Amino acid sequence: MTPTTPAPSGASRGATVWREVTRHGLFWPVLALVVLLLACGVASPGFLDVTVRDGHLFGQLVDLLRNSATPLLLALGMCLVIATGGIDLSVGAVMAIGLAVSLTYLDNAADPSNVGTVVTAVLLGLAVGALGGAFNGAMVAGLGIQPFIATMILMVAGRGIAMLITQGQITTVTSAPFKTIGSGFVLGVPTPVVIAVAAFVVVSLAVRRTALGMFLESIGINREASRLAGVRSRRTTWTVYVIAGVLAALAGLVYGAPTMAADANNIGLMKELDAIMVVVLGGTKLDGGRFYLGGLLVGAMLLSTLERAVIIFQLPSQTTPLFKAIVLIAVCVAASPTLRAMLRGRRRADRSNTPAAPVETTSAAEVTA
Amino acid sequence: MSAASPAPADPAPSGSTPTGSTPTGPAPTVTPPVVQMTGISIAFPGVKALDDVGFRLFPGEVHALMGENGAGKSTLIKALTGVYAIDSGRIEVDGTDLRFDGPSQAQAAGISTVYQEVNLCANLTVAENVMLGHEVRRGPFIDWRATRRRAAEFLARLNLDVDPRSMLSSHTIAVQQLCAIARALVVDAKVLILDEPTSSLDNAEVAELFRVVRRLKDDGVAILFVSHFLDQIYEISDRVTVLRNGRFVGEHRIEDLPRRELIAAMIGRSGDALAGIEEKARSTITIHSERETPFLTAVGLGKNGSIQPFDVNLYAGEILGVAGLLGSGRTEMARLLSGADRPDTGDVHVQSSLTRLTSPLAALAHGIAYSTEDRKKEGIVGDLTVRENIALAMQARRGTWRRIPRRQLDDVVARYITALQINPPNPNALIRNLSGGNQQKVLLARWLATAPRLLILDEPTRGIDVGAKAEIQKLVTELAQDGMSVVFISSELEEVLRLSQRLVVMRDRRKVDDLVNADDVTTSTILETIAATVPQSGAHA
Repeated sequence: MTPTTPAPSGASRGATVWREVTRHGLFWPVLALVVLLLACGVASPGFLDVTVRDGHLFGQLVDLLRNSATPLLLALGMCLVIATGGIDLSVGAVMAIGLAVSLTYLDNAADPSNVGTVVTAVLLGLAVGALGGAFNGAMVAGLGIQPFIATMILMVAGRGIAMLITQGQITTVTSAPFKTIGSGFVLGVPTPVVIAVAAFVVVSLAVRRTALGMFLESIGINREASRLAGVRSRRTTWTVYVIAGVLAALAGLVYGAPTMAADANNIGLMKELDAIMVVVLGGTKLDGGRFYLGGLLVGAMLLSTLERAVIIFQLPSQTTPLFKAIVLIAVCVAASPTLRAMLRGRRRADRSNTPAAPVETTSAAEVTA
Repeated sequence: MSAASPAPADPAPSGSTPTGSTPTGPAPTVTPPVVQMTGISIAFPGVKALDDVGFRLFPGEVHALMGENGAGKSTLIKALTGVYAIDSGRIEVDGTDLRFDGPSQAQAAGISTVYQEVNLCANLTVAENVMLGHEVRRGPFIDWRATRRRAAEFLARLNLDVDPRSMLSSHTIAVQQLCAIARALVVDAKVLILDEPTSSLDNAEVAELFRVVRRLKDDGVAILFVSHFLDQIYEISDRVTVLRNGRFVGEHRIEDLPRRELIAAMIGRSGDALAGIEEKARSTITIHSERETPFLTAVGLGKNGSIQPFDVNLYAGEILGVAGLLGSGRTEMARLLSGADRPDTGDVHVQSSLTRLTSPLAALAHGIAYSTEDRKKEGIVGDLTVRENIALAMQARRGTWRRIPRRQLDDVVARYITALQINPPNPNALIRNLSGGNQQKVLLARWLATAPRLLILDEPTRGIDVGAKAEIQKLVTELAQDGMSVVFISSELEEVLRLSQRLVVMRDRRKVDDLVNADDVTTSTILETIAATVPQSGAHA
């Protein structure tokens, strides 16, 4: 078989490179991010400045990174779940449960500021997240319930559970080591950023350095064929929901640590939708199969930049969801294969409508393509 | 995108030359062709699927489209039905230049397709399927009674006696296909494309289908017929167009093209070479003595509603052929032996030790590999690459955490791509872009890469061309000679007889015979066994 891509020659090389770049899944999200950052920089001088104060990085960009940590943690788990063809709507509720458990434990502990106590509190929170994920996974992989419905159970019930744990109160505690998780620094970098990046690296390695990633994709594309090929599709699917649960609980701790208030009704509210949005912005399709972890970094940054931009441009903060929707639509439309096919089809039609000089038209089409 | 066609298609002075790109032979009738395709090119990433191909179809003829896997038959059909956009060339239907943006325009132009995998809605009734989009209306509502009556009329024209109110899924594939043809009548098709319609049908059903096809032909419908069964091609076709490697090879009247020349045109080498492979396969029969320990023994293995308890012994180095009609329990047997289904009764002994094959993975761990009948649904993982598809079972056996080192995997993949002549030989190609035969080869590679001791092949040659079929048969023979135990399931009795040393005959989800494939065993003796007590589901019309 002959390769179909013609060798780029002279003038058309730039066009070819450009086409390759624009065709990359992350082109439009990255473009949106850069444009948004520059716009913020123009509207608010000093936005792009990063300074070092007391050995810590400061500046609005650093805050952006810090705010990206929660959506990134959630999206990491969500992306793996989506790869198997599922979805996890419960992550927001699991955030609340995880935080409620950790803070309630600290509240009842003799010395909330003891590092050992805090470590136990964190582990307890994560364990509860794992438990929630295990429940989701059992419903989906064990009983074969549709993921949307199965995880909706915990999404709805989860806040009630968190409320039971905090006994209807907004539990507040004071614990310096715990607060560090949300507002401290490690080597000058905000702790949430370090945690999120570490989680990203761990998940990436776990997925791409083992066969897990391939199995997730193959389950998402053709579950029965994968099972017959020997893939433990149930167990793998279950594992992924557990991972998503742990990451959601971790996100809850990171998100709630600065205020140290377990507000069962509001922690992580609608965050599951943010997570799904980050996954989609990152170029992973919701119908499962191929997934792209790298895109999550861009997606999470885009999301938090957008939230900040609404404030910078002095728009009412209630309108934030509207702008999220606009960016989501823009990126999805730009990346839509149907739209691309339509554009390509039109070019092709242009080309064939002038059959008198086929060679000329072809090369012209190549350049404008 | 692909380069422009090298030259405008000039009508060559001579008849259909092997190198020409356009059919130019004498028209079978004075009427102009209903479909004329010229200079069609289509390229996919990494594959040039069609290269300057011409094709024409006249009213009232059955035209066979022949070629090996990957020759471009399916692509040509998809171009004609508007599924694929063409890169260059033109499609004329009834003298009008058509440019399809999707399948609906092709349908509007009077082109209907009946696929190998029936593309109807199994969860709707027969009447709903036949009349879909053409329901009889009364005001804004559908007059269901009249709709059913109309559907019954069309079904009656095909001599098909089924209840229009019954669910489509309750019927055999053959009846479903005839329903699809009835649907083509409803839309008043001028062109009917039959893509591998016979691969799941038994002989009686094929005869029934051909009766319908002849009738439509007499009504002036142009029929494009694709099949890998040469007998059927010669039985039903008037003319034949041959493609090879995405190029037009020739257009002939069927009586002008003897079989051997047809095959030679398809594979691009002399027919004699092929005859050698076909003959060689009826291999040295080494009969295993009773004393020898089987690799696998099943005793009273059965599953309610699936297959009656059966006993079977599988020996190393032996090909066990499984004969029987579609739905006779062949696949069900394979599924129990491979851990795909869990049995309700019975035991399996692998190398004399009692074993529970609780999952495909458990079977794989015992060296049992199962290549399924349904390539698309249970075989390939479409959006993964050839490399990943080959790696899947081997990796599953190693577990999630011990990933196969990349270099080792590349070696394995390269070896199988060469050994099985997988085309295109590109490990990064997505498997869904490969032709059916090449997908089958990738799946074989997947199982062979696990170094199985028992290989269960369910319809490994269905829907693939003569050349690839012979290659796979030869491979199976060699594997058995090297000591592998093989279970070979096929609807083609000749193939089963040629390859196997021992035969199991299935009927009505029950094992009815187990015999050595001696010289006195012929297709007719097997057919007699299969038909000993005529199953109720034998005839549908």
